[in-house]
Amino acid sequence: MNTRSIRKYVAVGAVAITTLGALAACGSTGGASADGKTTLTFWHNGTAEPILGIWQDAVDEYEAANPDITIDVVPIQNEDFATKIPLALSSDNPPDIYFNQGGGLLATQVQSGQVADITEYTSDWIGDLGAAAGNWSVDGVQYGIPYASQVVGFWYRTDLFEQAGITAPPTTITELSEAVDKLKAAGIAPIAVGGKDRWPDAFYYNTFAVRECGEDVLKKGLTEADLSDDCFTKAGQDVIDFIATEPFQDGFNGTPAQQGAGSSAGLVANGKAAMELQGTWDKSVMQGLTDTKLDPLLGWFPFPAVEDGAGDPSATLGGGDGFSCTQEHAEQCADFLEFLSGDDIQTKLVESQVVAIPVKAAASSAIADPVIKSVYDFNSEAAYVQTYFDIALPTGVGSALNDAVANLFAGKGTASSVAEAVAAAK
Amino acid sequence: MSTTSAAVTESVTAAAGSSPAPRVITRRRSSTRKRLELLLLLGPATVLFVAFVFMPLIAATYYSLFDWNGFGPLTDFIGIDNYTKALTDPLFQGAIGHNLFIVGASLVVQLPLSIALALLLHGRIRGRTALRLLVFTPYVLSEAVTAVIWLSLLQPHGVVDGLLEGAGLGGLVQLWLADQNIVMFTLFAVITWKYIGFGIILFLAGLQGVPDELREAASIDGATPWQTTRLIVLPLLGPTIRIWIFLSIIGSLQLFDLVWIMTLGGPAGASTTMASYLIDRGFRRYEFGFGSAVAIILFVFCFVFALFYQRFALRRDTQGALTGRVE
Repeated sequence: MNTRSIRKYVAVGAVAITTLGALAACGSTGGASADGKTTLTFWHNGTAEPILGIWQDAVDEYEAANPDITIDVVPIQNEDFATKIPLALSSDNPPDIYFNQGGGLLATQVQSGQVADITEYTSDWIGDLGAAAGNWSVDGVQYGIPYASQVVGFWYRTDLFEQAGITAPPTTITELSEAVDKLKAAGIAPIAVGGKDRWPDAFYYNTFAVRECGEDVLKKGLTEADLSDDCFTKAGQDVIDFIATEPFQDGFNGTPAQQGAGSSAGLVANGKAAMELQGTWDKSVMQGLTDTKLDPLLGWFPFPAVEDGAGDPSATLGGGDGFSCTQEHAEQCADFLEFLSGDDIQTKLVESQVVAIPVKAAASSAIADPVIKSVYDFNSEAAYVQTYFDIALPTGVGSALNDAVANLFAGKGTASSVAEAVAAAK
Repeated sequence: MSTTSAAVTESVTAAAGSSPAPRVITRRRSSTRKRLELLLLLGPATVLFVAFVFMPLIAATYYSLFDWNGFGPLTDFIGIDNYTKALTDPLFQGAIGHNLFIVGASLVVQLPLSIALALLLHGRIRGRTALRLLVFTPYVLSEAVTAVIWLSLLQPHGVVDGLLEGAGLGGLVQLWLADQNIVMFTLFAVITWKYIGFGIILFLAGLQGVPDELREAASIDGATPWQTTRLIVLPLLGPTIRIWIFLSIIGSLQLFDLVWIMTLGGPAGASTTMASYLIDRGFRRYEFGFGSAVAIILFVFCFVFALFYQRFALRRDTQGALTGRVE
């Protein structure tokens, strides 16, 4: 009884600590075995079909062509990467190939010393991937390879727009506000946003900043994590003014972004809201949340121009998905990534509609859907694509930015509070 | 949980006046054999405890003194800066407040409610077994499942709103999870829904230990049912109540799963708890040194409370737990 009681209350009190501490001992296994075969561990976030099957087929094909390589495929839920990667990178046995979104997140991970420099292994073919690959390099060193690009824009229901009497997608913020008014008058929730998850809120601040700031100011601000320029304050004010027009669904601060029919993606998918500012991937997410065939019903338009903004209206917010390698089997990993970037696999990704914007131009001919084609063209013609701020900034700072924007959505803060939060988290 | 129930039953029996099991046999054993036995029985548990509780505790304390993002060596020693930063952060202060709100509300609402329902279900009413099962069901669900279910029920224009409107109570409809002034009450209601069954089962077990003879004697002496409950049943439930309070407070201080799934601590930090703040800073912001400091603060909170509670409130129920030596 005595020892048991003591143990009991120490144990309950220490649960939180074991979460941080004991998990640090976890890791993965891999390495060369005695028969000269090399085993690579491959962590990706494609836990659902069709992408799950595409990666598995690719691995099978690669293994058949390279008998000395075995690839151990580990699909991991996207949200779990945030916790698993830092722990794996501080262990002795990180995965050899892992999913990565590049930018400041990758730069933070590079500090672990575990992420491999694959510049020399990729230099021959990386040019084929275009500008997208730049987001996977830190200080001129290539630390990964993208397989898809993403841009952020408005997905909208053509049927609901028609019902509200909106004839063309809005091209300026004024037109967007008019569309919002028309939708409200027709009894339709104009815009869905997943405020619970915070990063969808940040898309508004980020895109307003892309419209308000010139390219140089924007890039400098994000590189130095210093958003003190006036244009960022203007973006903050734009967000506040936009929220004041009450364009969002009821209770948007409690709405998740992508889980279930009640999420912001689910609301648009089921015709409960007319549009949503989201990444390119959102179309496949929405299709997963409804039985209605969305193909003829969904349209896409870029974030409207802000009158008097210093930013280029053809610029956009976006990012990409890719993979990085760790030190031990860097060369083999880079070879596998070259295989993954091949036209065949790129085309498969496009045909299954998991990827709207392939990094290989050759695969773009496989795009059948005219809406996806318009997204692809917009991306190709964009003045530049600014990486999502939370990924572009060092991780802690990016998260602080998302939180500060979410506070604006909850009515807390001022036009400059996002810049202040970024300065405080630096 | 089974050890707790056993402990409760044991102390209830002791308090009710029946004699404890004789220990004469134990005393006759030779001391060497007893030591071997202790080593055998406590050894594995001690190893696990040291490896998975004590060592991480020491490690976290060490990490908490550094500015560290979880990668690379610990080089940036900053002393207690992480602690002062946490304790002066309005968001963390708010989080402590939210935990204390749950602690207080549990004591004021859940405790009387569980005792009342246990007394009701202890009496001879129709469908008693079915009712007992019903109130206990939510407790069997994992906290994550509970959170997902309620998250969808509580969406605007969702099931809860529909039921309220159907009952003509449409005026009561709120933005349950999106309104900063409502969200803690919503979470508390879900916590109550989930944990009330556990309290009831605990108190039903406690009520088994109240001898029928005492009630009978009281009623022969002319005591009303209310007097019997107040003067005989409740005092004899004392040890069970004290254990319930202990478990409830520790649980409230560590509240995490439900909050993380239902609100992520939002909107605007209105439902952040100490544990959700810890995970947010540690894992989402890669501030592992700072996260460790928050973990230590949470630990100290729970530990100090547990120590004092064991020492003063539970003293009679667990005699010798801290002061006595192993018999």
